Amino acid sequence: MNATAENVIEISGLCKRFDVGRGGSRRTVHALDDVSLTVADGSCLAVVGESGSGKTTLARVLVGLESADSGDVVLAGRPVARRPRRAERRARARDIQMVFQDPNGSLNRRRTVEAAIGEVLAVHHRVTGAEARRRIEELLGQVGLRPAHARALPGELSGGQQQRVAIARALAAEPRVIVLDEAVAALDVSVQAQVLNLLAEIRRDRRLTYLFITHDLSVVRQVSEEVVVMRQGRIVERGSTDQVLDHPRHPYTVLLRDSAPRPGWRPRLSGDADVREVEA
Amino acid sequence: MTAQTLARPAVRRRGGDLAERLGPLGIAALAVVALITVAALCAPLITSHDPAVGSVLERYQGPSAEHLLGTDQSGRDLLARLLYGARTSLLGAAVVVLLAGTGGALLALVAAWFGRYVDALVGRVLDLLFAFPNLLLAILAVAVFGTGLGQATVALAVAYVPYTARVLRSVALRERRLAYVQAAELQGLSGLVVSVRHILPNIAPQILTGAAINFGYAMIDLAALSFLGLGVQPPTADWGLMVSQGKDSLLQGHPEQSVLAGVCIVVAVAAFSVIGERLGGRKAGGRA
Repeated sequence: MNATAENVIEISGLCKRFDVGRGGSRRTVHALDDVSLTVADGSCLAVVGESGSGKTTLARVLVGLESADSGDVVLAGRPVARRPRRAERRARARDIQMVFQDPNGSLNRRRTVEAAIGEVLAVHHRVTGAEARRRIEELLGQVGLRPAHARALPGELSGGQQQRVAIARALAAEPRVIVLDEAVAALDVSVQAQVLNLLAEIRRDRRLTYLFITHDLSVVRQVSEEVVVMRQGRIVERGSTDQVLDHPRHPYTVLLRDSAPRPGWRPRLSGDADVREVEA
Repeated sequence: MTAQTLARPAVRRRGGDLAERLGPLGIAALAVVALITVAALCAPLITSHDPAVGSVLERYQGPSAEHLLGTDQSGRDLLARLLYGARTSLLGAAVVVLLAGTGGALLALVAAWFGRYVDALVGRVLDLLFAFPNLLLAILAVAVFGTGLGQATVALAVAYVPYTARVLRSVALRERRLAYVQAAELQGLSGLVVSVRHILPNIAPQILTGAAINFGYAMIDLAALSFLGLGVQPPTADWGLMVSQGKDSLLQGHPEQSVLAGVCIVVAVAAFSVIGERLGGRKAGGRA
């Protein structure tokens, strides 16, 4: 198997429309508009863009939570159904898992860490009992938590710990790809750095592929080699992280980069002019 | 952080939470409910009189050592009738609340899980049921299926379903959108498993709160049906029926039966309402 040549994700011509509003204000939003991209096995692709650019829809279509209107997805060499049914979703979950943005909401507040991870182990690998407990401990160790955390409820954990549990739950399925949908956006900066380092470590150890969805350009450089920039459901630019961030070609990428607050950043009063420039 | 500090606070917080949310009045209400329940369960131990048997020679007697609260128009012991009447009243209301809670939760989970057309359909059916006043619906059902506690209870339960379903639907819908439900859905778990294992435990507090509040309303409505002669049939002891049967005695200057049974209904209903409202974290009343 040639790791550099094989693409674990191949997406071509993916479209997804949503009808929003009612009556007179009813309109169609193109969340995904002819999106094509490939992700090499073992790499990390960052998908950046503002809210509403379609990046979360891309993630949801990829894992099967949303069905695409048209287009094809090939995952780990297998074409996947456009409108996934339950059995199909289960099979797909062994290849691709997702970590959600809200660490608090991504865990059932009435079930222990053990139950959350154990459920995934039982569903995909039929591992239960003592063997499951051993695996759970191992997984918790990999995300930097201690065996004692297994019996904790999500409410007793910090945001960073909750997100580590969510990562452990995703790892429990032993997937090849993990979609991280704004996975560190809700954490404060120091915890963000810890979780990002952890994610990088796990990727190296397990030869995982990441699809890292974020609106935050500052974290992109830390995690990914490649970046795609999305706007209004379309991919406007793709390239290596350094190239896209240091020498953006598309005006929207320039705008995105320049509008990210940095130390010493001062809001510009004539900010509207930039937007018009891009629209034109 | 050690294992101990991780496991402990949750348990303590929940216990403290309950007492704190109930407050002094809520705890008093809980005590009243407990008292009524114990009295109903232990009726034979408290009184030796049969609630259905009396002697015409002993009608309308005042309180005495033999009959602590006196007797009714048929010479039956009022205390015995109140104690045994609590059984029918509590059991009837409990069944109404149980059926309505189950039905409401089921509809709510189905509506929340499937969304779209199913949700809209459930919504329209609930609207239809809402359009009928509870008692009218119950009277209609009794007219079709006959009188009796069983029929009245089921009819009322059906009338109560929209109230529970409406509240639970909105809570279930909120849970449905949370990431943990989607994380479970992503694993290819069935809607039934996700709904029962994940959503149901998280809407359980609202189910309980609704049940406590509806319990009081169910008691009143069942008493009203019995009062109208559509619910519990004589000679079975029931508070609503006692109020009804006491009206003739009322005119003859013996208000005890109606008044005592009425006070029992009011106290029980008030106690359940207070508990329900405190559990729900609300001040003002209203159906859940």
